[in-house]
Amino acid sequence: MSLRNYLDKIRPNFEEGGKLHAFKSVFDGFDTFLYVPNETSKSGVSIHDAIDSKRIMSIVVISLLPALLFGMYNIGYQNAVAAGKLADATCWGMFLYGLLALLPKILVSYIVGLGIEFAWAQWKGEEIQEGYLVSGILIPLIIPVTTPLWILVLAIAFAVIFTKEIFGGTGMNIFNVALAARAFLFFSYPSRMTGDSIWVASDSICGLGYTLPDGFTMATPLGQIAQGVDVNHSVCDMVLGLIPGSVGETSVIAIAIGAVILLWTNIASWKTMLSVFIGGTVMGLLFHSTGATPIQWYEHLVLGGFCFGAVFMATDPVTSSRTETGKWVYGFFIGAMAIIIRVLNPGYPEGMMLAILFGNMFAPLIDYCVVQSNISKRAKRAK
Amino acid sequence: MNLFSKQNREVLSNPLNLDNPIMVQVLGICSALAVTSQLKPAIVMGLAVTIITAFSNVIISLIRNTIPNRIRIIVQLVVVAALVTIVSQILKAVAYDVSVQLSVYVGLIITNCILMGRLEAFAMTNKPWPSFLDGIGNGLGYAMILVIVGAVREFFGRGSLLGFKLIPQSFYDAGYMDNGMMSMPAMALILLGCVIWIHRSYFYKEDKK
Repeated sequence: MSLRNYLDKIRPNFEEGGKLHAFKSVFDGFDTFLYVPNETSKSGVSIHDAIDSKRIMSIVVISLLPALLFGMYNIGYQNAVAAGKLADATCWGMFLYGLLALLPKILVSYIVGLGIEFAWAQWKGEEIQEGYLVSGILIPLIIPVTTPLWILVLAIAFAVIFTKEIFGGTGMNIFNVALAARAFLFFSYPSRMTGDSIWVASDSICGLGYTLPDGFTMATPLGQIAQGVDVNHSVCDMVLGLIPGSVGETSVIAIAIGAVILLWTNIASWKTMLSVFIGGTVMGLLFHSTGATPIQWYEHLVLGGFCFGAVFMATDPVTSSRTETGKWVYGFFIGAMAIIIRVLNPGYPEGMMLAILFGNMFAPLIDYCVVQSNISKRAKRAK
Repeated sequence: MNLFSKQNREVLSNPLNLDNPIMVQVLGICSALAVTSQLKPAIVMGLAVTIITAFSNVIISLIRNTIPNRIRIIVQLVVVAALVTIVSQILKAVAYDVSVQLSVYVGLIITNCILMGRLEAFAMTNKPWPSFLDGIGNGLGYAMILVIVGAVREFFGRGSLLGFKLIPQSFYDAGYMDNGMMSMPAMALILLGCVIWIHRSYFYKEDKK
């Protein structure tokens, strides 16, 4: 516990009148990150719960680890497949290659995002809010591996400032911060976010991986469907996640492990999660039976960002519906909307991001309707 | 009569800053979002609104005592519509490209809240000269914001200003890309919000606790 003692020793410097009082929020941020504080949060959504929001965030980050690790492996795997040298590649080599490819993005994401949060907290003289802990790991997971770092910086700055800080910081945002960053990239630099040439890392790093020829393309399964080409990946690959796509979204199994952790610790709502899948299934069946989409409903569910969005994004306690009935409506709405965008809008092969942002927007309205209907029901009963 | 008395100067300068139609009154947002994707149409639109506001103010101010109160809005609309039609025809004759870019928004100046607001709030109760200054001031206040937003959007969205490429090709070769979102109205709204944010944090001390 020497670290604890050290923190206690330097604490007076940060108290009122101390030399480093200006950095009190930074000190508090680190202190409460390392050790469970005695106080629970006073504002925001986490007031509903007894545990500190930093613990919630930490568990969400842990539940993201399987998807993250598998994403790293898949980066290397796709690179090796694209180079046609899968037989030579070792499992560890591919993983290390993915690690090196993804690490700069994770670092940039945390440095920029936390930098803005710290600067903002200092400027406003507030406690540092730790909401970025989760967003910081989500953002590298939902972008293609070839995204240039400088546009990532722009997107993160945009998302943190305009979807979080101006609404009042963590717990006050209307839209999911990570998805807002992706939406910014999607609309600002469409050539780096959609298309066929961005899903496979194409340079060798530190002697690992293979350099691919210029103009190499490999479409995601959803991209192939949108172009009317037959999908050349088996359902088994889709479930395992050995398909091109955004870093963390490909493996259903890794995401399922994360989902189990989230549900077991009671952090995510099973109602939201389940109803997203119900919504997707219903629309998938409907569209498949009318012939609007060539693939089965279960393929719609395992492809693209559907699972990732349903497990990690739609269940975000800040931006989703809070009422229990509302969660069903909210989830169903997102699942249905994602498939509708995929099938009916040829310009967007993937609809999960837009569907969740759309759902975020309607979540307060859903809650309002649920609460009002409950009030009027009870008022009638009282008569 | 002193043409540039202190009062008249305030009538002219207030709308540029503390009484700005866009930043403070938040009027005329629709056209401000629609025409500012490039600098040139923003400037032309700003000038068109300035001219129309100034002259409709003068005309209404001249006939303000003869307008029956009940039908004053219709009379104002007729005056504005006439001026808008003239400006729109001139634009088509002189700068056809820009008028195509502005498309329906020149015609929609008729419904611009800034115009109706100034006519109702100022021209109906003031003499022609101050009304003229008020129209110029409000028009320029509107144009100023349009130019700021238009310049930012064109620079980051297309890498150019007034059609001249400012970002050298070497930047693009090094991996720089134009921001596509800048050409969308959504980004214009966010930029407008930023302009209002900066303006308020400088000039509205009473907001601070």
